Amino acid sequence: MFRDAWLIAGKDLRIEMRSRVGLNQIVPFAVTVLVLFAFALDTDQEALRTYAPGLFWVTVLLVSLLAIGRSFAVDLADGAADRLLLSGIDPIAVFGGKAAAIAIQLVVLEVLLGAGVVLLFDVTVHRYGLLVCAGLAAAAGVATAGTLYGALVAGLGVRETLLPVLLLPVVAPVLIGATRAFQDAFGVAGAEGWAWLGLLAGFAAIYGVFGALSYGALLEEA
Amino acid sequence: MSTATTSSPANRAAVPATTSSRATRVLGWLTLAGFAVLVALAFAWVPEDTRITEQGDVVGQFDAVRLMFVHVPSAILAYTGFGLTFLASLAYLRWRTDWWDMMAHSSAEIGVVFGVLTLVTGSIWGRPTWQTWWEWGDVRLVTTLVMVLVFIGYLAVRRIPADAAVKARRSAVIALVGAVNIVIVNRSVDWWENRTLHQQSTLLARKIRDETLFTLSFSFAVGMVLFAWLLLHRFRTAYLESQIEELEVQEALAERRAEASGADHEGEQP
Repeated sequence: MFRDAWLIAGKDLRIEMRSRVGLNQIVPFAVTVLVLFAFALDTDQEALRTYAPGLFWVTVLLVSLLAIGRSFAVDLADGAADRLLLSGIDPIAVFGGKAAAIAIQLVVLEVLLGAGVVLLFDVTVHRYGLLVCAGLAAAAGVATAGTLYGALVAGLGVRETLLPVLLLPVVAPVLIGATRAFQDAFGVAGAEGWAWLGLLAGFAAIYGVFGALSYGALLEEA
Repeated sequence: MSTATTSSPANRAAVPATTSSRATRVLGWLTLAGFAVLVALAFAWVPEDTRITEQGDVVGQFDAVRLMFVHVPSAILAYTGFGLTFLASLAYLRWRTDWWDMMAHSSAEIGVVFGVLTLVTGSIWGRPTWQTWWEWGDVRLVTTLVMVLVFIGYLAVRRIPADAAVKARRSAVIALVGAVNIVIVNRSVDWWENRTLHQQSTLLARKIRDETLFTLSFSFAVGMVLFAWLLLHRFRTAYLESQIEELEVQEALAERRAEASGADHEGEQP
């Protein structure tokens, strides 16, 4: 099953590598959002530093919508989803693979955005371990919930507008938890960073299990 | 009436032309009467909420306490609606009948209406009492807001033109995930700020005046009758909608058949 999941993840990642949509469109969009935040908060370096964790995660969530939307759009093209269904791969493996591919893309995005935040917003990292763990756990949470909701709206015709409405309220706990953990890691506010990491991991686990279990039913009908 | 169309009116007779019945009329009148009594109790009988502190200051909710008789039952009806949606969605995934699907849809709509009413009345009440329209640190406020947003998304899915079975199944999954999410949001906001402006169970602590307590209990009762009335009407509307869709499909099929047989006859002519 892990082999199958890895196959699916590899397929999605290869498509992204070759199409270069991520590099040419999604990354520039993410950087633009960071720049817009700087404009919105004026030239006040102190405010930017204080709110950098929250701004970082809002950007990640907005950009994740694009990555999730693309992950399902490529499957719908040319009847690829039907062939995936005919391949007989366990739906749990398909869910795991798609979620893993999205998570990996999100981690790459987080690294780039992190560099952007350090350079543009002048933050200094105090706890690297917490930063890395929170980044990974939050990516896993957004990816599992995103894969579930991506499948829910796939093929419904209006998914570009529907996905944000459904997904963003659901990932609100990730935003809260990841922001608090990053505040601790950046040393801008006293927060129990490691406790918030528990929330992020729990969120990813719940949506991972829920998504894996319900994915079969969602794939069958699509 | 010609013999060719007799089947159609017979079909229509089986579908009621209205969502009203004796039960809903009784519930409707009960709601109206109950609401009239509630207004009288809330404005004429319940005194202002005031307390005098040890320093001699007069504090309390004053006239704003009367909003509680709309706010608290609304919150209970909203949670009842969402709870019912959750249960009906579970039942739908288990038994796959239209009945449970329509029940989930109907109760979710009512839940959203009362959820919004809860937020609006709470905000209006909070301004004079807490000196703020909105408090981000309050667990119940933020949880209720996210819950309403989740179910607005649920209703958005229900409005998409798609195959009925596909829509029903996806909606049911969204309702289940949404309900689970409420628990996570509640916990995370609790850890986030870990404080609440909401008073803890004044009902149990008997810190509430007898008049206020009675009126509040009465408002719950009126709210429940209103809920039953709305749910019956909404459920029947959903049923009639599904019947109309079925009739339209049948009519379209009949038309196609007539066209096809007409074309066949034309083909037979030399």
